Amino acid sequence: MWNSPAEFFAMGGYALYVWSSFGVCALVLILEPLFVRARYKAIVRRLQEERLAEQFDQENIE
Amino acid sequence: MNEVNHLSKTRWFNWLKLSSPSTFYPVAGKLIPIFWILTAIFGIAGLWVSFFVAPVDAVQGQGYRIIFIHVPASWMSMFLYLVMAAWAGLGLVFNTRLSAMMAQALAPVGAWMAFLSLWTGAFWGKPMWGAWWVWDARLTSELILLFLYLGFIALQASIDNPRRADKAGAILALVGVVNVPIIYFSVKWWNTLHQGASVSVTKAPAMAQTMLWGMLLMALCFWMYSIAVGLMRVRAIILEREAHADWVRQLSEVKI
Amino acid sequence: MNAMFAIITRDLLLVMRRKSEVLTALFFFVVVTSLFPLGIGADPALLRKIAPGVIWVAALLSTLLGLHRMFAADYQDGTLEQLVLSPQPLVLLVAGKIIAHWLVCGLPLVILAPIIGIQFDLDVDSLYVLMASLLLGTPVLSLLGSIGAALTLGLRGGSVLMSLLILPLYVPVLIFGAGAVYANSVGLNISGHISLLGALLILALAFVPWVSAAAIKIAIE
Repeated sequence: MWNSPAEFFAMGGYALYVWSSFGVCALVLILEPLFVRARYKAIVRRLQEERLAEQFDQENIE
Repeated sequence: MNEVNHLSKTRWFNWLKLSSPSTFYPVAGKLIPIFWILTAIFGIAGLWVSFFVAPVDAVQGQGYRIIFIHVPASWMSMFLYLVMAAWAGLGLVFNTRLSAMMAQALAPVGAWMAFLSLWTGAFWGKPMWGAWWVWDARLTSELILLFLYLGFIALQASIDNPRRADKAGAILALVGVVNVPIIYFSVKWWNTLHQGASVSVTKAPAMAQTMLWGMLLMALCFWMYSIAVGLMRVRAIILEREAHADWVRQLSEVKI
Repeated sequence: MNAMFAIITRDLLLVMRRKSEVLTALFFFVVVTSLFPLGIGADPALLRKIAPGVIWVAALLSTLLGLHRMFAADYQDGTLEQLVLSPQPLVLLVAGKIIAHWLVCGLPLVILAPIIGIQFDLDVDSLYVLMASLLLGTPVLSLLGSIGAALTLGLRGGSVLMSLLILPLYVPVLIFGAGAVYANSVGLNISGHISLLGALLILALAFVPWVSAAAIKIAIE
């Protein structure tokens, strides 16, 4: 279907539109999970710190 | 875990067992990789069909290929709104926290789908009809759908009490669901009245079989993606909201 | 029923004591509609064309301005809680508040609109249609607005958030209302528009009081 990679990237003259669309789509679909993972890691870290603080308190009270 | 082994395609049956955050959390964790793999499979297949199988269009040239993300994104944005409203409604009726958390987890995904639909719609419209934005019925309704998503997210963000946020969001989502068909119908009416763009941006070229397949595969890809990200986000939400529960403290991730 | 009338009377009495609040919302309506010719130009043909949309959008915005008064004051001083706890069905009390809001914010718009319409060089026929569309439409605006007002009770930045929540819901009313006037001006039949406005009104009357009552209960508890 495509005679050369150059032809593929040119998309019959519509390169700007096609690749902007697919590009932004890929960007969103990659960035969103990354942000969710960061949020998850943040809450896990917070819980770890809280647990450490509890343990510290317990050890020092006894 | 027994729950995982007994999972079937329609998980209504198992859902009742999973309705507490503590049982759902590990199950979700196990499901996430499966959905990422499915996303990749459908995505690769879909992109292959989009770029290497579907033929060039007589009228729109290669530019029409944007349809392979525009239409799936539109479908997903509308589908996810229904699912989100359904979860929120369940949470309201049965007073279950997890259902509300699922709605909260899905809202951003749906909003991004609506945004992608609008973005790709603009980039499709510009070369085909000369304008970045045409006020056709589908695009305008999609814009309002984005506003509905953002309103849901904003409302929940501004209410401190989580249970009030859940219930208020549920009411808003349900009101939105009833209104979306009304809005769509009214925008279509408006469009014909004012004889706006006589061509619709979303009027697709005559569908070759392969084009339909491409759209379907990409739609499945987006669907699996939405489930994967939704499950990821709901796990974070569960931890955030159940932070003081015992089972959270006993988690292996938290015990260092 | 008596409870509903009692609420209407009470709300109207409260408004009478603070007439300035109501008048400012109406003033807003007049001022906003005057801004458009200043911004766009005073060509009568153009004004006639944009009049339905401008007047309707101004009506939407004025209604939004007045919505915070529906529940917020009572929420702050505890009256709303008493209303929720009272033996009267909350639905009736909410309906009463909505009717009072419409009498104060919506009905005056219907009466003022022809005057604004004349400023925009609309002919008499269009003025009638404008009044009819607003008469059917403004109650829907008050009804839908009550949902937003109830959901955002007591929240920081509540008014702006409320506007963002309600405006998408207002779109069909705007389309059919302004569309009726426009259709009439180009000679099309408006029975469809008017029927649809009527249908929206009936639907809203049937469902919204329950929804708003539920939203108030959620905000109170």
